Amino acid sequence: MLKIYKNKWPELFFKISCSRELYMPIEKDGQIWFGKWNEDAKVRFDELNTVKSPKDFFFPQSENIVAFKAKGKNISILEKRDESQPFVVFGIRACDAESLKILDRIFLAEPIDTFYKTRRENATIITLACSEPEETCFCSTFEIDPVNPGGDIATWIIDDVLYWQSLTKKGHTLTEDVKGLFEKADQQDEEKIYSHKKGVKVILSKLPLQDLSLEGFKNGNMLAIFNSPKWRELSQACIGCGTCTFICPTCHCYDIRDYDTGHEIQRFRCWDSCMYSDFTRMSHGNPRHSQIERFRQRFMHKLVYYPANNEGVFACVGCGRCILKCPVSMNIVKVARTWEANKALEVKNDE
Amino acid sequence: MQRVTELNELMRKKAQMLLENGIVNRIIGWKKGEFIYDRTPAVFQDSDELSKLIYDGFCGANLSKYLIQESKKEGKILALLKPCDTYSFNQLIKEHQINRENVYVLGIGCPDMIDINKIRSKGFKGILKIEEKEDELIIDTLYGQKRIKKEKALLEKCLSCKGKQHVAYDELFLIDNMISDNGSINRSMPDCEEASGLKKVGIASRDSRPKKDPYEMVEKIEAMTPDERFAFWRSELSKCIRCNACRNVCPACVCVKCIFDNDRSGIASKANTDAFEENMFHIIRALHVAGRCTDCGECSRVCPQQIPLHLLNRKIIKDINEFYGQYQAGADTQTPGPLTSFKHDDVEPYIIMRKGGHK
Repeated sequence: MLKIYKNKWPELFFKISCSRELYMPIEKDGQIWFGKWNEDAKVRFDELNTVKSPKDFFFPQSENIVAFKAKGKNISILEKRDESQPFVVFGIRACDAESLKILDRIFLAEPIDTFYKTRRENATIITLACSEPEETCFCSTFEIDPVNPGGDIATWIIDDVLYWQSLTKKGHTLTEDVKGLFEKADQQDEEKIYSHKKGVKVILSKLPLQDLSLEGFKNGNMLAIFNSPKWRELSQACIGCGTCTFICPTCHCYDIRDYDTGHEIQRFRCWDSCMYSDFTRMSHGNPRHSQIERFRQRFMHKLVYYPANNEGVFACVGCGRCILKCPVSMNIVKVARTWEANKALEVKNDE
Repeated sequence: MQRVTELNELMRKKAQMLLENGIVNRIIGWKKGEFIYDRTPAVFQDSDELSKLIYDGFCGANLSKYLIQESKKEGKILALLKPCDTYSFNQLIKEHQINRENVYVLGIGCPDMIDINKIRSKGFKGILKIEEKEDELIIDTLYGQKRIKKEKALLEKCLSCKGKQHVAYDELFLIDNMISDNGSINRSMPDCEEASGLKKVGIASRDSRPKKDPYEMVEKIEAMTPDERFAFWRSELSKCIRCNACRNVCPACVCVKCIFDNDRSGIASKANTDAFEENMFHIIRALHVAGRCTDCGECSRVCPQQIPLHLLNRKIIKDINEFYGQYQAGADTQTPGPLTSFKHDDVEPYIIMRKGGHK
């Protein structure tokens, strides 16, 4: 364990940015999101969640895949890849770090998404332990430990000191580069961290969503939940925007389209949202005709289909972004409450 | 707090009565959530469900747009509309989007709506409970009790409130000042204009709070140099994640299929990029709702990136007022819109250039 005082942080950021692109939670026009660090950047480690999650670094909202150019009878294929730079994301919370594992199961399974894979390989993740959880947090539902956030390097901020613990080979490599700026943490520091963690755990035990249970989704209730009349009521207010999907760290559906630039055909992929009317649209139309079905798809995917295909792992990490940002305050917690453990039996009877 | 509870009881009773008397067959209002602030628009069909109906300072969502669909269903729906929601309602009636006979509008007073994201952006964390005391909000958080002046926590739209008068209603149920100081329910002090043939009970909510000039920021932007203005909007609009929340929530955005969702339009733009065309989405949208936007402020309320989208609309409203005379969209259901009617004395384009084109 190493430590570094606040007055030396800019030096640390600078040192990291010399060899790799460095992204951190930065304030821009009143919003805090992961941006590229420079000396003028306003770093905001105090904010719990950035507006968008760090999934953009691995799975950008839109990216060019390939381009085609026709000349006479020949078509040439132009590679448009730009994901080969090494980079560091500093300040990822435990929930967002966990979300990458959920995305890994999708993009790193056969057929491997090489864009995603290259970016994952090029990234060094520096996590930041949570000190002040919000009332909207429910990571404990997914057994995520916000005071031991993992990643390649884990950090803790207590008062004016940042503690740094390298956890992987990638972490060790980066640590070697910047080690000169740090001091070694001693026994007293270890004790300080221990009691800090204990204090945060006390707050965690008081969170209003602490009791949220997803047991009701675990017992093979797929059809009963799918066919439940509750979806009508739950989806009623949904305006069909993509806010929840775009700020979600685990939503990963995308669309691939071609665009005629006038000189060539540019094939790009971009995030899609199951809430949209043209999602998975085929020649006959969208298989999900109404917002009820689209809304249901999002939550079935997170709470039923994904776990069914991934050893029971839910595609949610409890970051709470959707709770605060949904224009009509509808969210996964309200959906989950509908089928909480004690209601699991009713689900079966509904059938 | 007790007052809010009592007022909600009265409102539920009122709704139940209208439901049980068969005047309406369902009610659109707001539903309680997990926290103090997460109110969701909801349709209630049974009296038993009404215990979940709530109305308080977190019901900022404008319910008028839901009535486009709801008014096409069987039977009459009771709509709880705040004063500013009734402007959108009127505008939608004018545009033949809402089937008026199928809606029973219960105009409800507005205590000014609180913006939870604004409270958070001021550094309040772990919000558990919010109580109003005089002009302050007392906020219980996981990290202790804190206070904030209510005017610092209001939704942007409420800062330049259009007033507490409903411009459309079948009946008024003004809960704001409905209970007088001695605790008795006051139903006999009408102080707003009586609409002919319509019932009205209670009194209009008093509004003594000083209002912010809605065009203050617009004027600031107008005073910028073109380069500064361009930089301002580029910076704000580059935050956009193209979630379409502004469009989908907008009561003036009523196209069955938006041109930006239509592949055949050639300008469908699903990909979010920082290109100029992307930024144009908001400008095109503002121009499309020009003359119809009531300045309900929903676009800015729902923006996850807190882009001040309402400023685009206000600029257009301000221009319309200057060029065609004072006009408030949704003030009634009859007056022809300034951009959808022609008058001989309408300003000509060259006059617009001369009068204000330099701005």
